[in-house]
Amino acid sequence: MISVQDIRKSYGSLQALDRVSFEVPAGQILGFLGPNGAGKTTMMKILTTFISPTAGTAKVAGYDVLDDSLEVRRRLGYLPEQCPIYDDVTVYEYLEYVAEARDLPADRLQQRLYRTLELCGLTGRVDQIIGTLSKGYRQRVGLAQAMIHEPDVLILDEPTSGLDPNQIVEIREVIKRIGREKTVILSTHILSEVQATCDRVVIINQGRLIADGTPDDLVRQMGSNDLVVGLKRSGCKLEEARELLGKLPGVVSVGEQRGEEEGTLLLRLGVGGKQDVRPELFRAVVERGWVLLELRRAEHNLEDVFRQLTTGK
Amino acid sequence: MNPKNIWVIFKKDFRSYFNSPIAYIVVVAYLLISGFLFFNQLLIPGGMQEASLRAFFSGLSRFFLIIFSPAITMRLIAEEKGSGTIELLSTLPVSDLEVVVGKFLAAMGLVLVALGLTVTYPITVSLIGSPDLGPIVGGYVGLVLMIGASVALGVMASSWVNSQIAAFILGFFLCLVFFLLHMVLPFFPDSMVGILEYLSFDFHFQGVERGVLDSRNILYYLSLIVFCLIVASESLQRRKWATA
Repeated sequence: MISVQDIRKSYGSLQALDRVSFEVPAGQILGFLGPNGAGKTTMMKILTTFISPTAGTAKVAGYDVLDDSLEVRRRLGYLPEQCPIYDDVTVYEYLEYVAEARDLPADRLQQRLYRTLELCGLTGRVDQIIGTLSKGYRQRVGLAQAMIHEPDVLILDEPTSGLDPNQIVEIREVIKRIGREKTVILSTHILSEVQATCDRVVIINQGRLIADGTPDDLVRQMGSNDLVVGLKRSGCKLEEARELLGKLPGVVSVGEQRGEEEGTLLLRLGVGGKQDVRPELFRAVVERGWVLLELRRAEHNLEDVFRQLTTGK
Repeated sequence: MNPKNIWVIFKKDFRSYFNSPIAYIVVVAYLLISGFLFFNQLLIPGGMQEASLRAFFSGLSRFFLIIFSPAITMRLIAEEKGSGTIELLSTLPVSDLEVVVGKFLAAMGLVLVALGLTVTYPITVSLIGSPDLGPIVGGYVGLVLMIGASVALGVMASSWVNSQIAAFILGFFLCLVFFLLHMVLPFFPDSMVGILEYLSFDFHFQGVERGVLDSRNILYYLSLIVFCLIVASESLQRRKWATA
């Protein structure tokens, strides 16, 4: 549905995007992830034809963003960052304007309008002037204008920014519902959002694409053999435990792990390579007469992956 | 160009004029000033006291239109650029030229409302005397064309900047140049006078005002309008390649 090939965009001497390529099949929700200033918004502006790439090609539904800009726009719904919509009209007037500009036939317009208002939870606000809406409702109007014409592709730039936790959950539900049939690209730097809504993640940093895969894949790729070990505190000192475990073949670091229960000494072992150190570890602990309460693989989350990829730590 | 798209843009912008005080201020101020000029000539002893709209079409009266035109066009594009709404506007399936034309027509719509309210002047005149209709019709046609050109200049100015104030000053300056050009002709070498005179608003207004609808005058205003709107549409396109 969306195909991006070697896209570059430079603003003067600043390289905002550097040879970015990816494909998004129909019906996928793609999370666009990256620190602020990584190039997420620039990529979205290119896909929505608002700005043009310096080099490379981008296609939406088979139409080139440069050559068939109008055809691309017909198939898109777009919610820009900061939700720039007119303040001096009512919710109804604004959505009607967008629906007409988006060529919604007159006989379907009313029905579609009310359906969208309902879906975005705006039913009670129809006649309110947009400038007087709270940030959450304003964001919903932005979402409503993006999806009123049932576009094949929905591009949302930080759709949940500035919303409270309840609203975030609601908006995510709306996005997921749309994503069952439509292609959605959303950008965010909230990682739990990606894990909660997206089928696939693309991480960009400093204009380059640095990772591409399902959220689980990425976590697994990055996840190493690190282990968490829980020892019974009585009869075992921290220093001794550090020393013993540090000597095990394959273990490169021993650190304390937070979240321990009363009477348990939790340690995190950094394991180099792919070897399984668990049998060795078990034997060593038992030899010393310590009690092993817990032994599990350390969990990685997307947060770790993100930090690791974008800062190299 | 798709007329339906132009209509959608026109409707939105024309409507939002009446959601803000600008439209009311401009229309009322114009009616007060033109009304004063008109009745001053008609009724005040020592004035012309003739049954015509000569004062209403006078240079002074037209000068106020030159001020009001950029006042109603200043927000059209500059505000969209300043507030970021241009991003949603430009990603609608509507071409930049359709956007510009729709906005131009919305401003013209407001101007026509103001001018429409002045038909009370010719009605008054025909009640108390028997005015020559030619100059009146010609005068109105001339006004609409001249305002059309100044509104188009204002739209063009609005497309160049991000702030309404800058758009107003720039638009006013452009209109003023075209409006005053015929007064500064003596300062230019003879070889240039012909061209500069041809470019001035006044040169083309005089003929129309006398009730003579010369196609060359109409063509002048229309080509200026088309030129400004195309430049405005091109300057909207420029965002795509901007490097800042």
